[in-house]
Amino acid sequence: MNLSNDKGSMSTASSSVVSDQFPAGLRVLVVDDDPTCLRILEKMLRTCLYEVTKCNRAEYALNLLRKNRNGYDIVISDVHMPDMDGFKLLEHVGLEMDLPVIMMSADDSKHVVMKGVTHGACDYLIKPVRIEALKNIWQHVVRKRRNELKDIEQSGSVEEGGDRQPKPSEEPDYSSSANEGSWRKRRKDEEEEAEERDDTSTLKKPRVVWSVELHQQFVAAVNQLGIDKAVPKKILELMNVPGLTRENVASHLQKYRLYLRRLSGVSQHQGNSFMSPQEPPYGPLSSINGIDLQTLAATGQLPAQSLATLQAAGLGRSSAKSGVPMPLVDQRNIFSFDNPKLRFGEGQPQHMSSGKQMNLLHGIPTTMEAKQLVNLHHSAQSLGGMNMQVSVHGAQSGQSNSLMMQMAQPQSRGQIINETAGGQVPRLPTSMGQPVLSNGIAGGVLTRNGVGENGRGTGYNTVSQTSSMLNFPLNHTPELPGNSFPLGTTPGISTLTPKGPFQEDVNSDIKGSVEFMSSYDIFNDLQQHKPHSWELQNVGLTFDASQHSNSMPSGVDVTPSVLINQGYSSSQRSGQNSNAPPISKAMFSVGEATEHGNSQNIGQHLNNLLVDNSMRVKTERVPDTSCPPTLFSQHYSQGDLMSALLKQQDGIDPAENDFEFDGYSLDNIPV
Amino acid sequence: MADLKEQVVAMRQSFFDEVPLSPPLEILDNYFIQLEQLENEDNPNFVEEVVSVFFSDSFNHLAIIEEEMNKSPVDYLKLDRYLHQLKGGSASIGANKVKIAVNRTREDCKEGDMEGARASLQELRMEINSLKAKLETYYELVAQVDP
Repeated sequence: MNLSNDKGSMSTASSSVVSDQFPAGLRVLVVDDDPTCLRILEKMLRTCLYEVTKCNRAEYALNLLRKNRNGYDIVISDVHMPDMDGFKLLEHVGLEMDLPVIMMSADDSKHVVMKGVTHGACDYLIKPVRIEALKNIWQHVVRKRRNELKDIEQSGSVEEGGDRQPKPSEEPDYSSSANEGSWRKRRKDEEEEAEERDDTSTLKKPRVVWSVELHQQFVAAVNQLGIDKAVPKKILELMNVPGLTRENVASHLQKYRLYLRRLSGVSQHQGNSFMSPQEPPYGPLSSINGIDLQTLAATGQLPAQSLATLQAAGLGRSSAKSGVPMPLVDQRNIFSFDNPKLRFGEGQPQHMSSGKQMNLLHGIPTTMEAKQLVNLHHSAQSLGGMNMQVSVHGAQSGQSNSLMMQMAQPQSRGQIINETAGGQVPRLPTSMGQPVLSNGIAGGVLTRNGVGENGRGTGYNTVSQTSSMLNFPLNHTPELPGNSFPLGTTPGISTLTPKGPFQEDVNSDIKGSVEFMSSYDIFNDLQQHKPHSWELQNVGLTFDASQHSNSMPSGVDVTPSVLINQGYSSSQRSGQNSNAPPISKAMFSVGEATEHGNSQNIGQHLNNLLVDNSMRVKTERVPDTSCPPTLFSQHYSQGDLMSALLKQQDGIDPAENDFEFDGYSLDNIPV
Repeated sequence: MADLKEQVVAMRQSFFDEVPLSPPLEILDNYFIQLEQLENEDNPNFVEEVVSVFFSDSFNHLAIIEEEMNKSPVDYLKLDRYLHQLKGGSASIGANKVKIAVNRTREDCKEGDMEGARASLQELRMEINSLKAKLETYYELVAQVDP
């Protein structure tokens, strides 16, 4: 079928949301392989005075979105499509562009609708769609913007419709109060949204405000139990907070997991925040959420600790400390790259809003742009060593992996660069560089690759990361073998196969390899469990990576981690990936290779992330599927979490200057 | 002319009449009317255009479905996917009887009753053809009444 592209009066990048006639002019992209429905939807949307672009293939839709990230306000997609599962598209869009996505289907079975929720769809329409249902879709755009603005501003004043301009963070320092504030704010927003969503099946309960203290208690409880064993009931018991219900904890846990996952991919950004607290898992986490990036950048503190803690938190490991640095470093790397990262955001620092999407990768605002990069740079330096380590240790749970990965990624990159120089990188199959997992699998794969790579490198971690990290620049990719990650090619990890050999290594490496491994492990685990989901997730990330192809040296892992998680979970669903590990690799490769170019958009975020991560990955082999499942123990939830996190993420817009990530804002991430 | 108009009205009514059965089996339901409401001066033939898209698309699907049904082993997933699409399309244009026939075929497939499914498929094909013929006639009449 041919796509009919009714851009017609395609509005320019400038937000159409804030126009006077809003919601008229809302730019909608509708994707459905059924021509009858597509035609009807188009007509209905036009009748609502929206600007409609229709697509009958998901791939094409993704391309459109990537080419013009700011060209659309909202996406409506069918669930069942021949070339790509609607949920995969959802994830990609969430990760890469952070646009609100509405799913629709003639299938109204509860589990499918739930899938939409967990993957991050902001709404689910049952076909046949009535025009009344379409008249109100603008609310999703507004809501998302509001949340994003809140995150950015931290001031809580969000205008209607929000202007897209990301507001510079007003909190240059990472003081806990600032972090808390923003974090809390974000969490509140997310909590609200999440709660709304959660409420579908449960009774309405008074909303719980997850204050920083409460969250810290939560994280402490999770760490104590171990991320794998952290079940809401036990967490609740440990926390011993009167009035807190199991459901509260459950939903918070879900978000948290996603957040962790995201972190691993985005570790770079987080690095900042991590850095500050060394404390136990929670410390960094909270910071991560909020200002992570900033912290990371600014402090340059040992991210390791924060990372470690984060990781630990995520992973449930207590040892996180050592490993933590990864994320931080990664972030730096990511940022330091300047290019890769900027790529995402097209170098537009401003693009917070758009960047956010991209940054989905893990909350690493791609838009961070130069400034952030600089920050990261610094932080990365110190973190460099640390992060890597963190990741390594991280092998623990899948979540931690994700975190690790994320974190590690930036580091890995650095490391990889350093180390890879030694030729380690080569391990990373070029596929890693291929961020382009078009199918999403690729994404996963990429990450894997990336991850694996890092793992292999073992040596990297500590590296000179600072230096390497900084240099991470995607250009480094050379180290990573050009894995031509077929990412885009096949949805499953199959694409990754090219890396084949690599993958195996990756997994094993990750585990054993140094510090990286920890992050790597996450990936591995993730991969193992959900090869597919990884891809999905990664894909999103990796795609960008591919774009950066040159910019991201293997390190781009950062994103992969995030992606991986997502992909992981998603892939699980699709059950496609068998090569989970590859994904991580892929991620890396993506970051590095960016070769693929498929992921152009994704690449941005990912690239940055990947870059860092990929570095890591390279050095450490990312254990492929063989990796201990620990990482993924959570994978099933990760996917959900990821989406949740991602969703929350939208608030995480990367501030130009600081990397404020709201770990929890997962809005972007479609899982 | 008055006759023609009457014919148009009568024919139109026949689409929405509920056949005295349970469940009510009108040929077209409210979704069709919603489609008509979307029409305006800008595209006066919107509904006609959409239904013709539906018919051509559904004949393609029918062919694929039939082919799949005759394969061995039967790819149920693929069958269900195509039937699912038919269901979505028919529901979107308000083709109620067609939709019901699709559902019946789907159920037969889900149960693995290929023989029953083939029979249901034939009924489905018949419903689609019948609706196509009726709508074509209807639109011809309408064109005559209101060129």
